[in-house]
Amino acid sequence: MMIPLEHYLIFAATLFAIGIYGALIRRNIIGILISIELMLNAVNVNLVAFSRSTSLAPETGQVFAIFVIAVAAASVAVGLAIVIALYRVRKSVYTEDIHLLKW
Amino acid sequence: MELLNLAGIAGVYTLMLVILIAAVAMVTLRSLFHSALALAAVLIGIAGIYLTLQADFLAMIQILIYVGAVMTLIIFAVMLTEHLSHQTVRQNNRQSPLAIAGICAFLFCLTGVIVRTPWPLQPQNQTATITAMELGKAFMGQYVFAFELISVFLIAALIGAIVIARKDK
Amino acid sequence: MVTTSIYLIPLLPLMAFAVNILFGKKVGKQASAISIASSLLSCLCALPLIVAVAGGRRFSGEWLWLNLGIDQLKFGYLIDPLAATLLFVVTIVGTLIQIYSTGYMHGDPRYSRFFAYVSLFMSAMLTLVIANNLVLFFIAWEIMGLCSYLLIGFWFEKDSAANAGLKAFLTTRIGDVCFLIGIFSLFAAIGTLEFAKFEGALKGNSHVLIPVAALLFLCGTIGKSAQFPLHVWLPDAMEGPTPVSALIHAATMVAAGVYLIARTYPVFIASPAIMPVVAIIGTITAFMAAFIALTATDIKRVLAYSTISQLGYMVTALGLGGFTAGTFHLMTHAYFKALLFLGAGSVIHGTGTQDIRNLGGIFGKMKSTAITFLIASLAIAGVPPLSGFWSKDEVLSSAFHSGNMLIYAILLLTAFMTSFYMFRLVFLTFFGKARDHQIHAHESPNSMTVPLWILAVGAALLGLPASPWLHNWFQTFLTAGHAGGEHEINRMVMASSIGVALGGILLAAVMYLWVPALAGIAGKLFRPLYWLSIHKFWIDEIYDVCLIRPFLQIGKILYKFDERAVDGCVNGTGWITLLGGKMHNWCDHYIVDGLVNFVGALTQFLSRVTRRLQTGLIQNYLLIIFLGVLILIYFEMRS
Repeated sequence: MMIPLEHYLIFAATLFAIGIYGALIRRNIIGILISIELMLNAVNVNLVAFSRSTSLAPETGQVFAIFVIAVAAASVAVGLAIVIALYRVRKSVYTEDIHLLKW
Repeated sequence: MELLNLAGIAGVYTLMLVILIAAVAMVTLRSLFHSALALAAVLIGIAGIYLTLQADFLAMIQILIYVGAVMTLIIFAVMLTEHLSHQTVRQNNRQSPLAIAGICAFLFCLTGVIVRTPWPLQPQNQTATITAMELGKAFMGQYVFAFELISVFLIAALIGAIVIARKDK
Repeated sequence: MVTTSIYLIPLLPLMAFAVNILFGKKVGKQASAISIASSLLSCLCALPLIVAVAGGRRFSGEWLWLNLGIDQLKFGYLIDPLAATLLFVVTIVGTLIQIYSTGYMHGDPRYSRFFAYVSLFMSAMLTLVIANNLVLFFIAWEIMGLCSYLLIGFWFEKDSAANAGLKAFLTTRIGDVCFLIGIFSLFAAIGTLEFAKFEGALKGNSHVLIPVAALLFLCGTIGKSAQFPLHVWLPDAMEGPTPVSALIHAATMVAAGVYLIARTYPVFIASPAIMPVVAIIGTITAFMAAFIALTATDIKRVLAYSTISQLGYMVTALGLGGFTAGTFHLMTHAYFKALLFLGAGSVIHGTGTQDIRNLGGIFGKMKSTAITFLIASLAIAGVPPLSGFWSKDEVLSSAFHSGNMLIYAILLLTAFMTSFYMFRLVFLTFFGKARDHQIHAHESPNSMTVPLWILAVGAALLGLPASPWLHNWFQTFLTAGHAGGEHEINRMVMASSIGVALGGILLAAVMYLWVPALAGIAGKLFRPLYWLSIHKFWIDEIYDVCLIRPFLQIGKILYKFDERAVDGCVNGTGWITLLGGKMHNWCDHYIVDGLVNFVGALTQFLSRVTRRLQTGLIQNYLLIIFLGVLILIYFEMRS
């Protein structure tokens, strides 16, 4: 017996919401990054669930998900490089210390 | 058989629950290191979910790349930037009430949409298993352009990360 | 030819005036020549006229000026015996005085202006003399008043002269206003203002305004001829140059008042109630002026009071019905008074002083002046056969024959006083020992002495035409057509007048020539009378307190009213405007600026609030984006 599509979707949506919550909440930049990772994973789950249930070619979703994983990895890499650079300059990884955009 | 199915389904739901708990833990734990570990748990859990969705190859890829490489990277960064004295500073900023309200509303809306939409289900896909061969065919066939592009993208990200993170002379 | 030249008589001096006043600077010394020439030409025009009138002709002519509906106003002339007499006097005396002025006013900085004014005066006087209606008469009268003012105050740098001019003008003005009202009332009564029509219009007319008009004419004479109570200006008018005193205030202008009564005599005859008033005023004037002259010490003052006194004689004569007497005395008085004044001017010119207390014994040094002065004094005293005797005798006999013995007695007494004070003047000035040894008298130039001699001839001989020796030719000439005043010779009157004349001379000789101490004793003896005389009856002081000060007070009150009320209104308006301005300012400051400032403050406040959005923290921006997306979702779901 299969798990109905809606459950997977709800699960992915919940994960996504938690990821957004983390992105909005975390004071640490790396914390924000890992929340973004969570969000991307939720999206992946969504994609795979959809491709399995509703699409004519079931591999589409997985191909897409692989691409997403690649992009996510790249983004993490670059993001962390930025964090390292920022840490070198500001000696801090907390968001409230980085407010150059403040009026 | 019924029992196995039932157990399997219960196991999937349990897995989902565990993942959710780990995700919540991830966003609320004070120590960043612990959050990273929770993320690793989530990622492994997600791989399990892929298995239940008959995306075996994807699950392997997930573990290899995410848990293997990305988590390593994150742990490294955490180590490099955090004082290992485990300062128990407050992890949340002051936006938490508003954010909670926001995501509750978000979830509510999304759930409503998901439940109400009549998804066009294709029952024959339920049992098909996608193998690496089919994925390879798709990559080299239909999605070859995106495939090449993503390799360029990865090169760019690689170079970019190196450039950004290196020390200025 | 004769008739056209009549217009020239007043016109020539007017042209001389125009030339002298407009081109005075260019004309310079020639101004006198122009004036004298014009005057002489007028004289030459007048003489044939006089001869013709004497031969029985009359001249009148006119042209229309205004049409008033009831009557018409015309410019016109009427040369009848009365006018001819006056012409004779005015032209000759005027010309001689102008010739005299060339010497007297020599070196004056405003030489040409003097002659301009004198020419204007001559023109006005001649117009007055030949005018045939009261309006033209009045116009000329006023112009003469103006000239008098200008000439009295000719040396206006002296305060006393300027004030005297003003006094003369204002005092005669009172008379002039009465005169004008008199003209109105006469017009209302008889509807015509022409002299020739008076007799006809007045016959049988018993309009109530006729005596009123007569009385008002009398007031005009009181002002112009310096009768009591408006005589106060004449003594002060002596501040003017002596030729002016001679011409205007002795011979001609003051005579204009008498001439007015003579010209409007029918009106007076038709107002039997007013004639006694005329006579009384004349008598009072004559006596009072002579009384004051007894103690005067300035040559010109003595002569001024003498003029007032003699004018009183003339007015009295007219008031008593003695038309010819008054006119005759007018004529003779003009000559000898002009001579007296010119002689006084010569003395002043030669010695530099006017105070007779400082003079004395200058007979030898100023022979021409002294002899002519003596002749004139004899004339005014009334010594026969000089002209003054005949005219004064006429006046006295008309007083006697009118039956009013009081007036006659007073006039006789006045004659005595006249003779006395005149010879007091003569003896103190010319005879005796010199009292001030710093005065070195010298005779005046010929331009001044020749007129003196000519006038002396006139003063001496002019009485003869009216004397019985020439069968009273003058009286018949004058009264042809008028009810006149021809009287028989009354020997008693004549004798008494000679007596008082000689008596006065004798008394003056005693007191001032032979026994000089007597004057002081007499002064102490009659102390109250002396005080009355020397203070001129305190009339000036009375006028000052009763009239002048109240008027000045009224003026001050009105000024204060003007200042407070009128200016207050103006200032109040200004203050209100200022208040309005202040309110505007306040409005502008608080309300308008407040609005503007409020807008600015509002903008600042809003910006301060919205600035908080820009925290610089990315998570805040994320949150806002997320919430925005939520809202979009919500709206999408609804629709």
